[in-house]
Amino acid sequence: MKCIALLGMPNTGKSTFFNRFTGASARVGNWPGITIDLMAAKIPLNGQVVRVVDLPGIYDFHGFSEDEKVVRDFLENNCVDLLLIVLNGVQLERQLSLALQAQQLGLPTVLLLNMADEAKRAGITVDIEKMAASMNMPVAWISAKYGEGFKSASSVIAKALLSSHPTDPAMLRENLRADDEIEAAMEKIMSEAVQIPKTMPVGMTAMLDRILLHPLFGLPLFFLIMFLLFQFIFTLGKPMQDGMAWVLSQARTLGLEPMLASLPTWLQGLLLDGIYNGVGTVAAFVPVIILFFLVMTVVEDSGYLSRAAFLMDAIMAKMGLDGRSFVMLLMGFGCNVPALMGTRIMRSRSLRLLTMLVIPFSLCSARLQVFLFLITAIFTAQAAPIVLFSLYLLSFATALLTALLFKHRFPSTEPFIIELPPYRLPTTRQIILRAWHEVRHFLKRASKFITLGVVAVWVLTHVPFDVPPASAETLAGHISTWLAPVLSPIGIDAQLSVVLIFGFVAKEIVIGSLAAIYGLEGDSLMGLMAQKLDWVQAYSFMLFTLIYTPCLSAVATLRNESKSVAFMFASIVWSLLLAWAVSFVFYQGARALGF
Amino acid sequence: MTEPRLSSLHPGDSAIIRAISTEEGLHHRLLALGFRVGKEIHLIRRAWFRGPLQIRIGTTEVIMRRCDADKIRVSRQSMR
Repeated sequence: MKCIALLGMPNTGKSTFFNRFTGASARVGNWPGITIDLMAAKIPLNGQVVRVVDLPGIYDFHGFSEDEKVVRDFLENNCVDLLLIVLNGVQLERQLSLALQAQQLGLPTVLLLNMADEAKRAGITVDIEKMAASMNMPVAWISAKYGEGFKSASSVIAKALLSSHPTDPAMLRENLRADDEIEAAMEKIMSEAVQIPKTMPVGMTAMLDRILLHPLFGLPLFFLIMFLLFQFIFTLGKPMQDGMAWVLSQARTLGLEPMLASLPTWLQGLLLDGIYNGVGTVAAFVPVIILFFLVMTVVEDSGYLSRAAFLMDAIMAKMGLDGRSFVMLLMGFGCNVPALMGTRIMRSRSLRLLTMLVIPFSLCSARLQVFLFLITAIFTAQAAPIVLFSLYLLSFATALLTALLFKHRFPSTEPFIIELPPYRLPTTRQIILRAWHEVRHFLKRASKFITLGVVAVWVLTHVPFDVPPASAETLAGHISTWLAPVLSPIGIDAQLSVVLIFGFVAKEIVIGSLAAIYGLEGDSLMGLMAQKLDWVQAYSFMLFTLIYTPCLSAVATLRNESKSVAFMFASIVWSLLLAWAVSFVFYQGARALGF
Repeated sequence: MTEPRLSSLHPGDSAIIRAISTEEGLHHRLLALGFRVGKEIHLIRRAWFRGPLQIRIGTTEVIMRRCDADKIRVSRQSMR
């Protein structure tokens, strides 16, 4: 009796086809070489009785899963006259590999493209003749669900059966042995030449993991380490920033002012008070930002970020995210743009979108400059690091709150498996490259957004020229009067509201603009800010800056990565609403408590 | 008793992978990380609050969620 074996990837409708093809006559039976039972049926086909066997669904012949082993054992121990391979006609680009493997192994095969109905609805057409010619096997469309195409498929199968030669199990075993030989050779070399101790010696990594991944202390330790790192950046960065500011102000008084003295006053104002002060104030923070990225490089390359994913996954899972989302949030501390791009490692679109929705709340280095500036100006040296750390915590809190509120819109069952590398220290070269990369990044942003933004703010706050700069009669004054009903309840005054508008383009513009508006820089600008703002106003302003849209580049990346304008706008609107709400609650709450 | 799952091992346990029954994407990912039927696997630690598991297979260490580890059947080698 001739034997037909039915094969296909899981969930291709193979069993539906089997049931329909054999009627209800199938029975389970034992087969040589394998331990599990397979369904089989005897059916009349074109005048003769043939036996049809339903093999387990497999992804490929060379796999090593249990089902793949069953199929191999079956084929290596039983003669088969014809193999019917059922593929999902909608996913041909993924499933055709199985048929090509059968062809390569020299198995007599008929290819059945199932789900003809779905493929038709999806607009997929297949040139059956061309495919049959290039695969060198008969091909037929069927719809196992609705029974379409069975008649013609049956005749194709019967015809193929007439001319086919039964498989030679010994030969097939020989062909498939190549795989086993690779496995066996690998095993042999590993056992003879490579020594892997049964239990790895307690190395540095295992020892560190015992402490850093401790179920109880792991997470508090993580936050302590982060706090110490930021403390380190802040303490070391402050003198660097002061030094840079001093150099820039010396360059202005000694070099630029005498040089530009012959120009008209308004142009001098624009060039010196506007552009130079604005860009200079931002540039003063570049050393701190480089220091920040050096520390980030060490943390990223150390392997500790994967550990952070391990520690946070349980919490992130409750927010509909996973450990990788947390790592992306941490990466966002540097810059949101690469973090948004980093979500490409996620396969599930829902998980990816939800992660992209929370990344913009991550306190990036551009926002860090604004906070360093205001915190140094308004708070005492003792309070400063704690204020900064509170902003980092709030950055997390807003991200997690957002995920919690939106997780039901983005459900995902993506598996979470990542490799845990051993702890490593980055090389000096990696560190230097990173620092250079950041300087270049700043120069690029300075030449585009920052200069333009600073000029725009200077013009708005100085035109018309016959009124006092930044007063209510200037262009900026009119805009802020218009915005006052929205922004005064959160303690943000006229000049700051103009600054916030341009902060949408890039956060560096925020401090650059303050310098341009008042024509001051460095310590004198900080002194003025301390006079103008009390700590409640300053903190409310920082909250708003933290939560609302990071920058135009991030918005553009959000749009490109999500491929959805609606998603981009949703993200902008949500962050604006949340920023206002948080600042409002804080400002009014603090005032009500008498601060 | 049904065959134990990877997710039911205790820290310090070793086991042999008996079957991997996952969807295709995860299956390939696991293969790439060295998960094969018959390979020895070692559970290093479990995070609290139903967090992920830390697993060593050969010289590779990975972390995976319990729900994914549920799909890998093992036979235990040594008890804690």
